[in-house]
Amino acid sequence: MDLNTIQEIARPDTSSGGIDWREGDAWLAGGTWLFSEPQPHLRRLIDLQGLGWKSLAISAGGLEIGATCRIAELFALKAPADWTAAPVIDQCCRSFLSSFKIWNTATVGGNICMSLPAGPMISLTVALEGIGTIQQPGGGERKAAIEEFVTGNHRNVLRPGEMLRRIELPAAALRKRSAFRRVSLTHLGRSTALLVGTLGSEDGVFMLTVSASTERPLRIKFDKIPDQKSLRSRLEKEIPAFFDDVHGAPDYRKHMTFHFAEEIRCELVGGK
Amino acid sequence: MSYLINGKTFSEEPRPGQCLRTFLREMGWFGVKKGCDAGDCGACTVWLDGTPVHSCLIPAFRADGKKVTTIEGLAHDGELHPMQKAFMDAAGFQCGFCTAGMIMTAASLSEEARKDLPRALKGNLCRCTGYHAIEDAIGGVKSIGDDQPGKSLGADLLAPAAEGIVTGKVRYTLDVAIEGMLHLKLLRSPHAHARIRSIGRDAALAVPGVAAVYTFEDVPKHLYTSATHDDYHVDPSDTLLLDDVVRFVGQRVAAVVADTEGAAEEGCRRLEVDYEILPAVFDPEEAMRPGAPLLHEKAAERILNPARNILLEIHGQVGDVEKGFAAADVIHEGSYEAHRVQHAHLETHCSITWLDENHRLNVRTSSQTPHITKQKLCFIFDLLPATVRVFCERVGGGFGGKQEVLTEDICAFATLKTGRPVKLEFTREEEFIGATTRHPMNVHLKIGARSDGTLSAFQMRVVSNTGAYGNHGGETLYASCGEAVAVYNCPNKKIDGYTVYTNMVPGGAIRGYGMTQTIFAVESAMDELARSLKMDPFAFRRINVVKPGDQMIADSTRTTDTEFGSYGLDQCLDLVETALKRGNDVKPPEGDGWLTGQGMAISMHGAVPPTEHRSEAQLGLRADGKYHLAIGTAEFGNGTTTVHRQIVSAVLGSTVSRVQVVQSDTDATGYDTGAFASAGTVVAGNAVRLAAEALRERLLDFASKNYRVSRDACRLEHDGITYNETKVPFPDFFKAAEKAGRQLEVVRKAYGTPRSVTFQVQGFRIAVNRVTGEIAILQSVHGADGGVIINPMQCRAQVEGAVAQGLGWSLSEKMVYDPSGRMINPSFRNYRIPAYADNPRRTEIYFADTHDAFGPLGAKSMSEAPIYPIAPALANALTNATGIRFHSSSLTPDRIYREIFASTQRKPGRDA
Repeated sequence: MDLNTIQEIARPDTSSGGIDWREGDAWLAGGTWLFSEPQPHLRRLIDLQGLGWKSLAISAGGLEIGATCRIAELFALKAPADWTAAPVIDQCCRSFLSSFKIWNTATVGGNICMSLPAGPMISLTVALEGIGTIQQPGGGERKAAIEEFVTGNHRNVLRPGEMLRRIELPAAALRKRSAFRRVSLTHLGRSTALLVGTLGSEDGVFMLTVSASTERPLRIKFDKIPDQKSLRSRLEKEIPAFFDDVHGAPDYRKHMTFHFAEEIRCELVGGK
Repeated sequence: MSYLINGKTFSEEPRPGQCLRTFLREMGWFGVKKGCDAGDCGACTVWLDGTPVHSCLIPAFRADGKKVTTIEGLAHDGELHPMQKAFMDAAGFQCGFCTAGMIMTAASLSEEARKDLPRALKGNLCRCTGYHAIEDAIGGVKSIGDDQPGKSLGADLLAPAAEGIVTGKVRYTLDVAIEGMLHLKLLRSPHAHARIRSIGRDAALAVPGVAAVYTFEDVPKHLYTSATHDDYHVDPSDTLLLDDVVRFVGQRVAAVVADTEGAAEEGCRRLEVDYEILPAVFDPEEAMRPGAPLLHEKAAERILNPARNILLEIHGQVGDVEKGFAAADVIHEGSYEAHRVQHAHLETHCSITWLDENHRLNVRTSSQTPHITKQKLCFIFDLLPATVRVFCERVGGGFGGKQEVLTEDICAFATLKTGRPVKLEFTREEEFIGATTRHPMNVHLKIGARSDGTLSAFQMRVVSNTGAYGNHGGETLYASCGEAVAVYNCPNKKIDGYTVYTNMVPGGAIRGYGMTQTIFAVESAMDELARSLKMDPFAFRRINVVKPGDQMIADSTRTTDTEFGSYGLDQCLDLVETALKRGNDVKPPEGDGWLTGQGMAISMHGAVPPTEHRSEAQLGLRADGKYHLAIGTAEFGNGTTTVHRQIVSAVLGSTVSRVQVVQSDTDATGYDTGAFASAGTVVAGNAVRLAAEALRERLLDFASKNYRVSRDACRLEHDGITYNETKVPFPDFFKAAEKAGRQLEVVRKAYGTPRSVTFQVQGFRIAVNRVTGEIAILQSVHGADGGVIINPMQCRAQVEGAVAQGLGWSLSEKMVYDPSGRMINPSFRNYRIPAYADNPRRTEIYFADTHDAFGPLGAKSMSEAPIYPIAPALANALTNATGIRFHSSSLTPDRIYREIFASTQRKPGRDA
């Protein structure tokens, strides 16, 4: 929709350095969320597209995803053969409520910074132990694990003027085994619960990422695959409340979370 | 910057925050539609360098230097794109508002992507079709038949607007550019109930571009109703153009008109409204109690009991229910809830108004009732009817939502005040919070039956929540207590009904008009009785349903004009039962936890509404040798235009290509009460039939007189008149008539009486997962008695659309409110209408073989009614699968899970 209060589009390029962030500013990545709701408090959009950030870089260290990487690019990624957890990328891309047409526009960083409970790029980057690099107004950088990045529904650790620059998924996480479960109230709809389990092939560490069913993502770590009872009791302890909105009632989200957690545990314990 | 759109270069600059959708429309590419403006519906899909995107989400400046293709740019050298052709061949549209975006998406799909349509089409919403015809189009299925002279009755002919729809050229309400137009925006109430002490407008007027601000202080003090019925007395006069009391969150508070939408929005934000908050009530039972906040304690007219917030009560009985219950072997008693859902037509409410050179008020609007809308505007503004014209071109869906004056009144007011053209276009959010909805109803039923299966007593109490205004609240209550009950024979019946004001968004007319709610309850209860009696639900219905010779009785034995013009319920029951028995090869999905079940429900529907309905058809032969039909009813995807052409050509032995139709324009057509309550085929259709029959006589009379031959020697051919062995083509015949001073034109009127009845039977076989609560529809069967089916393809499509809409209402759609009465999901992202992926396997549709005594050429109505039995048939299948009765019409997986879980708690030891 038209954002009629916008008076200016700032279009910095790589050479122009920092932006003097002011009230009424918003970063414009894909714009698929910004342009989907009224934004009467905004006056200026700062277009990140001209910055020419590299979308994807594969290295020995893992996968580096530029914040402006479009979903369609990530979905098309040809992952190295030893990245056994790479299916999670595909599964999370397919977990968007939106269609492939939005994937042509929406960005990975945008989805994370929107910080919705059901943001599938959040599920992905938390499950695969992503580390975000945050660019600060003065030009400095700081790091934050994506697990800590999202602090609540539509809330995150970004301070005014800061932006998410890139996300690194470590190779070690990409080489784990994974299991994925998701449920939605409608077919291919918005996630009501999205869980990802990973199992380290060498260290045997089991991590369970719970998202969509909780206000913010949660990753629970076990040194080895727990039994059913200890998994349940950890979930009980670590999730005091389940998210409540039109995409699923809290009791249902809790039920599906526990159900999927157990399914994931069984799948990974199976040692396929 | 420069923009290359459909091969043409534009040097205009977009505004900084402008999206590509509105920029393209400003450049005149009106094929780009707005369904949601939020990226959810896909109606605005265009290609950027060949890649499909939702243009409402693309900042316009980003199209700089890229090649933009809209639906208008898809055809090349006059040749339609194969996908455009395919959508015509399969009639892959109804209202057509989603079609441009659907085609732009479908045409971009790879072979691979087409194999997974649930994913490929998840970003495109269609509310009309249920997606089957769209699937056919993409699959290259040809559904349309040939247009042969004299053979149009029963032929699968294409809607006349088809080519305009697939090319994006057909004009919907806002698809015009008007010089000097002002934009109107409404400030809406954040409070459920408040008195407005004052509205400060100075800051708003100071916004550059703002032309005027209107508040309750400026408007005429005529109370009226936004509902459009021929006789306005059936609805209460409880509404002012702008009021100093707001009664629901979302009510109009003030209007700002400005040179741009942005200025009008800013003006609204700067209005300073001083509200005195009043206590609010949201629940109708609470609203009826003494001491509840009162909504219309004074100044409103035709409210039964304003001191208890009761708009209308119905009380009636036949026989003695207490005796009936005493004689019963089984009794079912239960409360059922029908929740709040919406039409969700893709074209939002909108109007453009202006004064022409003769100072006549012109209203271009998206309405199902242009003639009654005109009457209402005349009333509100004390205008002479001759000084007002209301018209619609193509309307992008209605489902009853446009049987209401929601934009025309305030827009016309601004035009009358400023003298300038004014446009008002609802946003999707306004559609949810400021238009109308289905009336939520609570239905308490107590029904008794004897062991032989016969009903002995039927008692129903209905409480309907009309919200803050009474538009349609009374008429829907009458409807809710009508055919749902009268379809069953039972000597003892008692009905109590209440329509109650609350501080909620008003209910309105919607497909199923008050009846989907009670049919859900009654059909659920009948299923329970059959279960208690261990009887098959089909057999139980056969024992109890009305049959020719029976009087149709709800709560009174008063004689009415409703009669069996035809009867096909027996056939529908047989057809659906046989199809379910035959089954199909569809198995439950892979995995554990799937329970299967089967359910059915029935409905009866008056083929014409009980309140006044009439229509006038003007039909003539024109100089070009074509028939010209003028009819007042509106086309919004219901297909009446196609049907009317087929009636004309059936009677006159013509082809439909020779029948031109002008419609829904108060200047160009005779009075018509409107396109609602299924009146398009039966009432307007009868006017068309009468006109065609009269014209045939007129043509033959003139031929006989002019050529001095006997009437028997004259024959009407599809392209001319033949007498003896001489053929006179129509253009020559017209000239002869002109020379003789004879007009070859007739006018006929039809009135909606007597009223026949139509029938539906729906069957579902489903699987439900006891862990996830998810429902998979394995088989869907629909039996419909619509008399002679004038266009089977189109009629099937109406049924398919109704099944999809009915399933959407049950499986995913729900309007949810916070404790202050504010809707929390006013968007398609959060109010989920079915997408292609939610679409069940194709419904098997069977038509009863009947011929109606009252409808045109034996036809009955058949686009509203198929929705009735959908929710109860689904709920009954769910009960059959789980053993649990679901008392709410909202059957989302989380609710299903909760009921299943609760039942396992009640039955310890049962594995779940």
